[in-house]
Formats: sequence, structure tokens, C-alpha cells
Amino acid sequence: MTTPLVARLRQRLRPDQVRDGAAEVSLYRRDASNLSGHPAVVCFAESTGDVQAIIQVANEFDVSFVPRGSGTGLAGGAVPPTGSIVVATSKMNRIISVDPVNRMAWVEPGVLNLDLSTQIAHLGVHFAPDPSSQQTCSIGGNVANNSGGPHCLADGVTSAHIHAIEVVLPDGSVTVLAGEDPEPTGYDLRGVFVGSEGMFGVATKVCVKLTQNAPDVATMLLDFADVADGAQLVSDIIADGIVPAAVEMMDQLCLRAVEEFIHAGLPVDQAAALLIEVVGLPASVASQIERIRELATNRNVGTIRVAADDAERALLWKGRKSAFGAIARIKPNYYLHDTVVPRHKLPEVLASVYEIASRHELLVLNVFHAGDGNLHPLLVYDAREPGAVERVHAAGDEIVRVSVAAGGVLSGEHGIGLEKRDLMPLMFSEVDLAAQSDLRRAFDPKMLSNPDKVLPSPAGCGDIHSVPEGAWV
Amino acid sequence: MSASAIDRAVESFAAEVGIEGPVTVTGLGSRGGPVPDVRTVVAPSGIDWIQPAEMTIGCGAGTPVEEVEAALAEHGQCLAIPDGGTIGGMLAVGRSGIRRLGWGPVRDTVLQARYVSAKGEVVKAGGPTVKNVSGFDVCRLLVGSQGTLGFLADVILRTRPLPVGERWFTSDRDPWELLGCLYRPTSLLWDGGTTWVLLDGHGDDLVQQAELGDLVAVDGPPPLPPRRWSLPPSELGGLTTHRPGPFVAEIGVGVVHHTQAADEVAVDPTVRALHGRIKHEFDPTGRMNPGVDVLAIV
Repeated sequence: MTTPLVARLRQRLRPDQVRDGAAEVSLYRRDASNLSGHPAVVCFAESTGDVQAIIQVANEFDVSFVPRGSGTGLAGGAVPPTGSIVVATSKMNRIISVDPVNRMAWVEPGVLNLDLSTQIAHLGVHFAPDPSSQQTCSIGGNVANNSGGPHCLADGVTSAHIHAIEVVLPDGSVTVLAGEDPEPTGYDLRGVFVGSEGMFGVATKVCVKLTQNAPDVATMLLDFADVADGAQLVSDIIADGIVPAAVEMMDQLCLRAVEEFIHAGLPVDQAAALLIEVVGLPASVASQIERIRELATNRNVGTIRVAADDAERALLWKGRKSAFGAIARIKPNYYLHDTVVPRHKLPEVLASVYEIASRHELLVLNVFHAGDGNLHPLLVYDAREPGAVERVHAAGDEIVRVSVAAGGVLSGEHGIGLEKRDLMPLMFSEVDLAAQSDLRRAFDPKMLSNPDKVLPSPAGCGDIHSVPEGAWV
Repeated sequence: MSASAIDRAVESFAAEVGIEGPVTVTGLGSRGGPVPDVRTVVAPSGIDWIQPAEMTIGCGAGTPVEEVEAALAEHGQCLAIPDGGTIGGMLAVGRSGIRRLGWGPVRDTVLQARYVSAKGEVVKAGGPTVKNVSGFDVCRLLVGSQGTLGFLADVILRTRPLPVGERWFTSDRDPWELLGCLYRPTSLLWDGGTTWVLLDGHGDDLVQQAELGDLVAVDGPPPLPPRRWSLPPSELGGLTTHRPGPFVAEIGVGVVHHTQAADEVAVDPTVRALHGRIKHEFDPTGRMNPGVDVLAIV
């Protein structure tokens, strides 16, 4: 039976844009996390006008809505609240305009991250944020999560690459936050909207900054018999005044899994490897590689492999980026974490991660953005084994706590969503959280836009990491 | 300062701000100074710590920019911010320096901020690491907010390596042509005739870039006219024909240093309403820097 909500949406949009069949709706119950919810209906917006119409209907019926790009989020940010409207922006996938001279482009939110860089490659520019999901994640999702990626070490995360955003606010009004000019008057509403996890409205057009491609690139793989030496080298390089484009680390279990998968000649007998990329003009790249070699020698590096050509470079990066596919060979399930610690705490926190995993009788692979101190411990398990899921959650919880206790933060790039919502009090006091809640209320007084994410409900403050209502693990 | 000394200084700043009555904050007065005829407070001053391997620094918002830059220089680092005044004033105003093309805007330097709210409470925004997406980005809300939402007490900022070999050049070539052919210049300034280019990097690379762009070495940038405009960078070419008066434009960025005041910008009523709601949530009685309208500031 068609509900009044669905009937009204079908009046405002074309009927085929509004789907409420049980099978179709069930496809939108979750994102890439292991949490799920129960939306009432899924709407496929094709324009700003469509998004506005959906949100106006949501207001008429006092029903919540959740914006959704590609659904690759790992923290449950796009998991729909019970009875909500999913606003799918995947069909809003046009690149509207590109200014290669001043290096900016207007795109719709459903444009895929890698598609944008591929389509503008002939202009000598790219969109710098490069999450590992970049083949499938959308620019709108990048904006909602303030996404990162390996190359954000030198160039910054998504927020540094967004000039302006056309948004439909939660009351249905349409406006543009900031602009192509560098110093718009007023508060930095653009900066506030980026990373707001769909709780401040829906982005309908995004003006992105394009980054000049580097004339010279060097990619090197360094291996170590001791993980701590590799981790320490990361700090040495930064303290020496070198900020590589990317510094990634893979530990032995990860190296072995990936090597079996792609046969890139990875150092599988070593404890860890660093993948370092330096970009720039030729003399600068050469001198930085030389200096990194010296610093690495002081940290007992094993072999140093510098990619000889583009093919070898691509192979090394394929190894890094396919780590998550490779682990399926070890166990059928994995839980990926995302915390950040000060770089100098990497050796100590990594040791804790291994200890925690071992105590919970779990395998852990580490493949992460070492340059940023952004850890991604992957707990691999078989959900069919009794007690495995519980052990994974207990270990994950401990890893987050160890990271924050080391002076780190809850999330570096995946966001808070539902997954870490109830851990927010580890980092923020009630007063801090109240300020974030005030900001949310200013954007969305009726709390209709993706409610119940990011901020713990006041009653839940003492009840850390409970499973949110309407979602399950 | 020790951790407890910083916390005490921040707490005592909060006590000074208090819980009621109009109040304004001042630093060195280099960016307009406090609101006149209102009770004035001063944020804590002093460097708390520098962690070169983290590329971060913690300091009181009242610390002079000069002091911070001098201390960082000893570690071969600096901040992507303009000179002068205090760290807090620089952030509250939110204007970037002429290296923005290469170094990015000042808003991207702030990792964590503690501020005193209108309720007189100490509130923390952001986090201490270079990468962090935990919660909403209240730090960016504060940068450029002119002290109307809260007064910055202390901050953690992201540093960058000092330039290894900065050199200024000029060229008669079209500035957009230079923007296209040079690799990531730190600054590109244009007065309608001459282009000034700031490059940084290895000496051999600079020689090659200078040849590529027909660049001639000079001592430094041109003097900047006092007024400041913000234009889409694609509109800068029209400055010579449509807008009289000497100017220096930041190519690729859109800041124009001009002798005349900028045109008033029409504000979308939706944006104005949103500003009103944010101000109301953060400062319902309008006691923080009363009378300052961030939408009226050009």
C-alpha cells in the first residue's frame, strides 16, 4: 500500500524516482559499515530542485531524511534512521564546469572521486583527496565526511579542496556557502558544512579546488626488520623538514596477504614496509630521496626500492590500495578501524594494537597513513566462529581508547557516524559537545537531517558504545 | 608553560570574560582593535610547546605572531599566516597572507582551539593531531568570526617547514600563462602590467623555472595598497578595464589589494538568517564583541 508520504513524493518528483518496494529499500539500509537501519522510501534526486522538493516533503510530514552518495562510508553515517527518506544523489553526476586556468571545477555531488581526476587529467590537474575507495566514493560523500587519503599528507584533507557548496538546508531553502572568491564575508559556513556527515543539509553542487600535477614523482618502498624503526623514520623525515606527498605503512601480515594477491615482489619476510612518495621539480625530488635514504639508514632500513617507471609505481600503489581485497584470503570478515595518534607515538601505539589483538585472540593487519599518524588496524575474523564478533568489538573499543589516551583522536577520515557516536565523550566534555549541538541546531532546528549521528544523546553519555536504536551490529 | 599553568591561564581568562555584560577582546590592536567603550579582556600569551616532529605548536591566543615565528624558526619551521599582531587576532580576522596560493589559507592551520563562550565556559573544538574528523568543525567556524561567537584562549596550530630558498622575480609575461607553466609558485602578484613571482625550492629547479617563465630576480614584492577585495580569480583580468586605481592582485587566489574600498556585497537572505541563528545559539544576549556584524565587514 502506498503511504501518504510516498504518494506526496511521487507528486513532487517523477514516480520512477521514488522507490518504496521492500527489495529496493533494503538495498539502502546500510553503508559499508556493519550497521543498518529501516528507511521508508528511497528517492533518486536528479537536480537541486529534486532535492529541495524531497526536503520540503520531509518537512511537511515531519520525517527525517539522510543524504547518500555511494554508500562507501565506514562509520554508519549514511545508515537511514527508521522511517526516513533516503536522498540518493548518485544520479547527480555531472561535471558542470572546469576552469583549468584558475584550477577550480563545479561538480554535482554524485560525481565519483576518481572519475573527476580521470576526466580532467588531460588538463594537467587532479582532485587531491584520494580515499582508498576513490573508484566508488562520491564527491558529495567526501564533503560530508571530510575524507582523506594517502596523498592528504602534503595537500590536506577534503576541506582544503572545497571552495564553495550549493546546499539545500534542512528547512528546504537553497543557498551557496562561500564562493569562488577567497574571502567571502561572514562565518566560514563552507568549512562547517564539510565533515558535517549529512546533518546540516544536502550538498547539491560543489566547487572543488584542482591541484596541479607534479612534473616529477618518485615512489620508494623501504623495509624494516622492526616495525618501530619504520615508525620512527616517519617522525625523522618530518622533523627534517621534508613533507612527502604520501607516507604509508604496511606490516608483515599485510605485506604477505597483498603479495599473494598481486605478486609485486613485496618484502614478505620483513616486519614492515613504508611506501613513500615524493613529488615536485626534479632537483628537489632527487635531493629529498637522497636525504630520506640517509635518514632510513640511521633507522636500520633493509632494502630501498625506488620504482623505476610508472608501471612499477602503479604496482606498488596497487599493493597499498588492494590491501582490503587481499585480506579476504585470510578470513572472511574484517573490521577496519580509524584513529589518529601523534606521529611520535606510532611505535608505542602499534605495540599496543598488537598486544590488544593477541589478547583477544584476533589477527590484526596494519596498513595505514603513517605520515599523518592515521592508524587503520584491520581486525580479521570469521563471524561464524562463536564469540568472534564480540571479541572484535571489545578489541576495537580498546584500540580507540589507547589512541585517544596517547593524545590522539577518534577518527582521522572515516567520521563518527553511528559507529563512534557514543565514544565522543572520550574526546569532548559535555560543554564541548553542547557547542557542536548548538551549531547543529542552527543549521537544522527541527533535527530532520540525518538525526542521531555524531552527537551522543545527553542521556547516553554514561552509556558508552551502546548499540544505537534502530541499528544493529 | 606547563600544562597546568596553561589550564590556569585559560581558566582565569574565562573568569575575566565572566558570564554577563558586554565584553570585547584585544590583542595588539593591529587589525582594528577591540570594540570601543566595552569592557576589554586579553587572552593568555605564551608558547606552551613546540613538537617539530609533529609539525605542531600550542600557544595562548594572545601570543604575538612574531614571537611564535621566531621560536618556530629555531626548529626550521613556520606558520602559513600573515605577519603582525597576535595569533588570536590573526585567526579571528581570518585573512591570509600573500603566500596563500602556495601555502593555503590561515583557516587550514588550526587543529584545535579552546575558546571562552558567552556563558564564560571553556570549550574545546577540534583535536591535537594533523588529521581529525571527530565531530563538527567548530574551529573553522571560529576562524574569521571576529570574536562574535567566543574568544580564543589557546590553540594548536599546524606548522610547515621554513622555505628552503625563496626568491622573488618579476616578469612581463601574462600572469595566467605563468600560473599555467610554473610549478606551484608560492605567490603570483600582478598590478595590471608587471607580474611578481615568489618561488621556493632547490636552486637548480629555480633556475629552470626562471628560464621557463622569463623571470628576472628582484628584491621583493611590490608595496600593497591598503584596501582589500575578494574576487573570483577568474574575474581578476577585468581589473584593468573595469576598475580604476592602482591595485595588486593575487593571481590564482582572488585577493586584490586596492587603493579604493571594496564594493558592498549583497548577502543572500538565507545566509543572513543562518548567521543569525548561529550567533543566537552561541551568544544569545549578544555580549561578545557587541555591534560587530561579520556580514558587514568588507
